[in-house]
This record gives sequence, structure tokens and C-alpha cells, in this order.
Amino acid sequence: MNKGRRNVLQQGAGFGVLSALVAVGLVRPEDALAQDWKAAFETKSVADTMKALGGTPPAESKDITITAPDIAENGAVVPVAVASAIPKTESIAILIEKNPNTLAASFSIPAGTEPSVGTRVKMGQTSNVYAVVKADGKYYMTGKEIKVTLGGCGG
Amino acid sequence: MADPMKIRATAQGDTVEVRVLMQHEMETGQRKDAQGKTIPAWHIAEVTATANGKPVLSAHWGPAVSKNPFLSFKFKGAKGDKVQITWIDNKGDKRTDEAVVV
Repeated sequence: MNKGRRNVLQQGAGFGVLSALVAVGLVRPEDALAQDWKAAFETKSVADTMKALGGTPPAESKDITITAPDIAENGAVVPVAVASAIPKTESIAILIEKNPNTLAASFSIPAGTEPSVGTRVKMGQTSNVYAVVKADGKYYMTGKEIKVTLGGCGG
Repeated sequence: MADPMKIRATAQGDTVEVRVLMQHEMETGQRKDAQGKTIPAWHIAEVTATANGKPVLSAHWGPAVSKNPFLSFKFKGAKGDKVQITWIDNKGDKRTDEAVVV
């Protein structure tokens, strides 16, 4: 993991991040059952979060839909809904790249439940929001930029 | 003990949409009080939902979920199903509420 790559991640150069992320995500083998949620929620970058989730490198997917406003007036309450059209979706995680801790929420979806969840999250500043879906043991992700006019963290 | 949740579960065909509004401070652990001391994080860490005793959703949350969290999800079910939602916060406090699907 070289430093230049990390910088690219932190500056969040849009979807160009994904390829770097795929490379970084290779570090740890899948370890899904031993997930340490506390550690996962303390991660500070998208790549670290993926590692903590036990993630294999996520592939970009158009089958995931993020429903959220383009511009959020109040960062303390940003409605985000994620729906996945990928068969055998097992879990959905919401990652906010520029929040102090990247991982916002993770949902596990048992069979019989539709892979569609909605919640409201806090965003400290304008950031890319990623939805990471685990389906059939593989990880997929998609992203969306949400502009925040008033921050919701700190203050 | 925390305030009760508002749970609304409606059936449309064989799909039940559940919407939950919980009452919780969801303190991030990032803010400081007037003395400059950090206010410790206090947030819902885990949410589980069951329908007629069968798990339909479980969630792990960080402090980035908004104050008085909102959650919506859908599962295959029918009118009359009993939906039960439980949350546990990072201080170990918990609350369970249930609603009948209409």
C-alpha cells in the first residue's frame, strides 16, 4: 500500500477510486463470520472499511440503486435508500467516504427479505456515498455524490 | 428506558413494507460540550427485526446514522404478521416494540 494511492483514496477522485480500491482490497482474505463490527465502524477510509468487512475487491455494478438527494440541505439528516437487483444479496452496507468514520450502516438480508433498505444518515461534508452489496459471496458497489450545504457532524 | 418506536407495517400483495422511527440521541462522539470535552458516542449499534419470530433483517449501525433513526425495509409476508423490532445501543440499553402488519 503506497502513500500515493492512499492520497488518491482520501481525495476521493470520483469513480477513479474504484480501481485503486480493488487493488487495496486484496489485502485480507474473506473472514465474514469473524467480523469485528466495532473495528469496522472505526475505519477511516473506504479501503479500510472494505478490509474490515472482510471484503474481496468489490466490482462496480449497475444493479445497485442509491436513492438519495443530489444536494442535502441538512447534513444531519440525509435520506439514503439502497436497493439491489443482484440475486442472492446477503448484505448491504452504506459507506460515506468523507465522514470521520466511513462505515455508516450495514444491513444483513436473510432470504425472503427484499434487498432494499432505507435510512437516514449524517454527513459531515459533501462526499461520495457508496453502497456495498454482498451477494453470493462476492462484493459489488456503486457510488453517488451527495452535496451537503450544512454539515451534520461536529458543530 | 428509551421512548417507544413508531412502527408502521403495511402489506401490498405478498410484500410487507416496514417503516420504523426510533427515538434515540445518536451522539457521534465527535462533538464537544461547552467545556471543550468530547461528548462520548452514544448510538444504536444493532437492530434486529423478526416477523412471527423469524428474522427478517439485522443491521449494524455506527454513529453516522441520524438522530431518531428511520429505517425501512421490505420482506415477503402477509397481513396479520407480527413484526418485532429490537435495538441495542452501545451502552447496552435496549428496547423492543412490535406491530401487526395491516
